[in-house]
Amino acid sequence: MKAKGIVFFVLLTFITVSTAFNYGFKGINYGIAADSVRFAVPANFPKPVYDFKDNPVTSNGFKLGRILFYDPIISKDKSISCANCHQSFAAFANLDHAVSHGVDECLGTRNAPPLFNLAWQKEFMWDGGVHHIEVSPMNAMTNPCEMATDLNTIVSRLQQTTAYPVLFKAAFGTMEINSQRMFRALAQFTSMLVSANSKYDKYIRKEKGGDFTENETAGYALFKQKCSTCHQEPLFTDLSYRSNGLDLKPDDIGRDSITHQETDRGKFRVPSLRNIELTSPYMHDGRFETLKEVLAHYNSGVKPTANLDPALHQNNVYGIRLTTLEQNQLIAFLKTLTDRDFVNDKRFQAPE
Amino acid sequence: MLLCGLALTVFAASAKPNPGDPKNAPITGNVAIHFKNVVDGKALKLNDSLSLYKNANGDDFKLTTFKYYISNVSLIAKNGEKVAIPDSYFLVNAADSTTLNQQITNIPEGKYTGIIFTIGVDSLRNFAGAQTGVLDPAKGMFWSWNSGYIFVKLEGESPKSTAKKNRLTFHIGGAKAPNNTIRTFTQKLPKTLKINDGKLPELELIANAGALFQGKTTVDFAKLNFTMGGPNSVVVANNYADGLFKISKVKN
Repeated sequence: MKAKGIVFFVLLTFITVSTAFNYGFKGINYGIAADSVRFAVPANFPKPVYDFKDNPVTSNGFKLGRILFYDPIISKDKSISCANCHQSFAAFANLDHAVSHGVDECLGTRNAPPLFNLAWQKEFMWDGGVHHIEVSPMNAMTNPCEMATDLNTIVSRLQQTTAYPVLFKAAFGTMEINSQRMFRALAQFTSMLVSANSKYDKYIRKEKGGDFTENETAGYALFKQKCSTCHQEPLFTDLSYRSNGLDLKPDDIGRDSITHQETDRGKFRVPSLRNIELTSPYMHDGRFETLKEVLAHYNSGVKPTANLDPALHQNNVYGIRLTTLEQNQLIAFLKTLTDRDFVNDKRFQAPE
Repeated sequence: MLLCGLALTVFAASAKPNPGDPKNAPITGNVAIHFKNVVDGKALKLNDSLSLYKNANGDDFKLTTFKYYISNVSLIAKNGEKVAIPDSYFLVNAADSTTLNQQITNIPEGKYTGIIFTIGVDSLRNFAGAQTGVLDPAKGMFWSWNSGYIFVKLEGESPKSTAKKNRLTFHIGGAKAPNNTIRTFTQKLPKTLKINDGKLPELELIANAGALFQGKTTVDFAKLNFTMGGPNSVVVANNYADGLFKISKVKN
């Protein structure tokens, strides 16, 4: 009954939000007010990787980045914006899409990752092929199965509008539009997507609203014992590449496609568990719909893949044995990682 | 226009009068650099189906694209000192004649007997944030899915190629071990280069596209016709490390 209630709630949220998104979005308001923004490192977080030295976040830079993020002008047929696959209500992942859906009805091969705490990431994408937050959007822009365009086209389209030269001037001092300025504005927006206000964070920082239930406490203890090797706090990932035993013969070679190393075949970046409740489906190809399925995989589905992570093969046991009670406790804990303040932050939503 | 934006910035900055003591500012000069693209001695012409080139393996081919970066130029002074030219990045595109004549700017006045440069782009810039000028990824020499610059891009066709439409695709890049393709070129100049304020000496740099396919490994287009980074790119980079470039003329 409880589970059904949750499913219903999620479904309702999805219908409401996606309806608003698909039909209620009236187009970009280029004249939105510039929000006051400041990049701040949460008390329980380490120093970010991105140093902002050449690209300090400003209100007008952030505003330009936000508008670019939501503007489909960036895609080949002007049908798709970054937000199509990175939806604010899904912690900037793509709800209900196993893999990305690009222009010309093209379906990609990987699940769109959520976007938050990117300033702490040294590498990007499931295979870690991209080394810098600023150039990471280029992948989706130029991929023939995503936005399918090129930087010269995008820059010249932006130059031909009346709105963008003014927005670039406000952000960078002159009306000049080039790819560097575009990438920097987008990085101001994406680096500001900081998620650090979940119940878990309040618990850690001993703030109001941070009291764990018995189940959550038990789940946290289990998490520390069984999951934290890879999903390290406070980012809930150690940002390494590992095989978690999905396929004996992987369709997608993962990290190997970047490093050309046999020992990296079938490895993918350890995803953060923050906001995991909102970012279904799961895994690099979105094969699991629910957290229950994910835990079932770790409990009994881990296969002896060529590069299986040693942490998933201990004492001759493949995977992590978890009773139903333990699985439920873990899920209760995982839901404390949901950051409603983050997904409801108007500054990150479509500039209507 | 021909210069990299970064070099321009540095040049503009150094051209400003020094409010402290203007005499302390070092006297600098420029040198014109003329890029001459060839294929094993023949002038390089793109899209020429009438006269095909032959690689060292005897395979016929034509070229449709030939682009490359050189960067981090240093000159060797007569006293042996290595003088690094800051922010020296050059992109040459055989399809764009304006890129064939460029200038190395901001060289301290003096006499130079040798040159050293990176074939490609240094590791730091490969992994830095969004760049501009000749390093703008819009120049089509940056991999979006595997960050980093394409150092040398050669495309064409060969009847021997087993790829679709007999294509040849050699995108050489990668700045990380074990598939690092950054190579350094060093040469003693055929004549001493004199840098003077106010004068514009000239260098002619020959780039031989045929060098990709010979040297350590003779490339057979039936076996190797496609590479975008990785071990095969290393094979090609090892081939061209010595033979791709040659300073053929110095004119003071």
